[in-house]
Amino acid sequence: MRRLSWFNVTSLTLGFAFLYLPMVILIIYSFNASKLVTVWAGFSTRWYGELIQNEAFLDAAWVTLKVAVISSTLATVLGTMAAYTLVRGGRFFGRTLFSGMIYAPLVMPEVITGLSLLLLFIGIGLDRGVLTIVLAHTTFSMCYVSVVVSSRLISFDRSLEEAALDLGASPFDAFRLVTLPIIAPAVISGWLLAFTLSLDDLVIASFTAGPSATTLPIKIFSAVRLGVSPEINALSTIMIAIVTVGVLTASLVSKRASLRQQQDAQAAERATG
Amino acid sequence: MSQNVFAPWDDPNAKPLIRFQNVTKRFGEFVAIDDLTLDIFEQEFFALLGPSGCGKTTMMRMLAGFENISAGRIELSGQDIGKVPPNKRAVNMMFQSYALFPHLSVWENIAFGLKRDRKSKEQIDARVAEMLKLTRLEKFAHRKPHQISGGQRQRVALARSLAKAPKLLLLDEPLGALDKKLRQDTQFELMDIQEQTGTTFVIVTHDQEEAMTVASRVAVMDEGRIIQVATPSAIYEYPNSVYVADFIGDVNIIEGKAKPAGEELFHLEWAEGRAPVKAASQQPFSEGQTAHLAIRPEKIRISTEKPEEAVNLFEGKVLDIAYLGNLSTYHVELPSGQVIKAQTANTRRLARRDITWEDPVWISWSATAGVMLDR
Repeated sequence: MRRLSWFNVTSLTLGFAFLYLPMVILIIYSFNASKLVTVWAGFSTRWYGELIQNEAFLDAAWVTLKVAVISSTLATVLGTMAAYTLVRGGRFFGRTLFSGMIYAPLVMPEVITGLSLLLLFIGIGLDRGVLTIVLAHTTFSMCYVSVVVSSRLISFDRSLEEAALDLGASPFDAFRLVTLPIIAPAVISGWLLAFTLSLDDLVIASFTAGPSATTLPIKIFSAVRLGVSPEINALSTIMIAIVTVGVLTASLVSKRASLRQQQDAQAAERATG
Repeated sequence: MSQNVFAPWDDPNAKPLIRFQNVTKRFGEFVAIDDLTLDIFEQEFFALLGPSGCGKTTMMRMLAGFENISAGRIELSGQDIGKVPPNKRAVNMMFQSYALFPHLSVWENIAFGLKRDRKSKEQIDARVAEMLKLTRLEKFAHRKPHQISGGQRQRVALARSLAKAPKLLLLDEPLGALDKKLRQDTQFELMDIQEQTGTTFVIVTHDQEEAMTVASRVAVMDEGRIIQVATPSAIYEYPNSVYVADFIGDVNIIEGKAKPAGEELFHLEWAEGRAPVKAASQQPFSEGQTAHLAIRPEKIRISTEKPEEAVNLFEGKVLDIAYLGNLSTYHVELPSGQVIKAQTANTRRLARRDITWEDPVWISWSATAGVMLDR
């Protein structure tokens, strides 16, 4: 290992402190025995126990999870379809317009997206609840999925699909048996992206959520307005833990897969010279 | 042997497997295939040869069904296949990039097409085993494409495209990614497999040696048109144009004015004040017509002493020597400034050969050594 210079060490420390210090403080205080958020009174897991008792939080967590799973799945299906058509459809009328419109929601302020969806739901008389949040989240996360998947599709060797057709597969079979398995990593990371976006969205959810269903971010935000409670710290720590484990697993799995592929390819080259 | 020569193209009653009838393909303004008519017969090993952009790949993709035809008609066994989608054609293709499915094993790659036909498990097992044996891949059946070498991948691609026993197999630059030695071995393998399976092969290549080696007939293409279709030896010895003569192998082109000099014999006036070149030609040329004499370097004799008898004899000076090991090509400059290439087989060891740079030499060739061409 190369030794780092003092400059590198300093900048690394500062950078990571900037990124993670707030979270570290939050995690430490989630184990605080005191009810006062800013006063340390010894280690305790009391707030985690109380959290489990808190029905309102658990309900909101359940709604959030449900919304995230359904909306990210829908967004993945729609976004993959959109990406496939835009990349593979050739030059059809209005293609440039469509591909521009797919990306527009990425730069659209969330407030505007939320407001316009609210107006739509009121206009068509849809009661606000889980369904409307799902629809709203699908709408805005679908374009993220489409961006991720289309970048993979562009580098995808088209002759693979042609080979499948040539061997007698119907266009749908060619997609199902060849294209989809190969672009699966992109589709999965698109799903994960949509899932995280839905999980931590506050703005759009607060426009489209109704009294019957509230998501966790809305719950936390409104609870904090009344004063930060140690329970919130505990809840946030759990969320950080879940996200960390998820990200680490995903990166480890993909790293191992690519490493193994590399070794196999090298072995094949060596074996045959 | 000569009684049974495979030459259905000379038989007026033979039914072609593939028939291109006035086929045109346009990409916008660009004409990729220009009013092309061609017959390919069953069990042929047919090569489409031409520089990149000549339309050979487009022709192949039209046969596979990946490109529509702008005008004309393509028939397979007498049936119009213009509207048949690629997955419904009894045609399989081996892709230039091989297009092996990276997520499937060698076995699954080969079985892919058979599974689409809803064949029984036993039938699939038997057919895949047969294909693995044919391509000597039994040991690699359960490897993934990235776990085998380039040459093995090429064989998997071939096995996969042959597995469904297509009427017609298309090969798009099948050996392009292999190094020279492996390519030569594989050429013979391809010919063996073609003979064993009796499948009609159409191969696209820009490598003229490859086309000459494997094919029963070669079509030389340029700018969307077929310039000449003939057997490899006919293409080489009797090219129909300067383009074909020049594209296939090495050639000297001597341009001049023709002058009839007896039965099927012509004099070619090619340089002011010099003896004309005498050449035989079955194709008639009128007095004063511009003609090109195409003559292969190996048909020109080179010597340091003046030969006793020669129909065409010229004196020159060695300008350059290209030593290829088995052959040497001498670039001989004539007093007129024209450079003629003469090739000899190096039957003696290097030290004993006597021609070197700047040497005055004599070059000579017979009246039938070259072909007279009007274009």
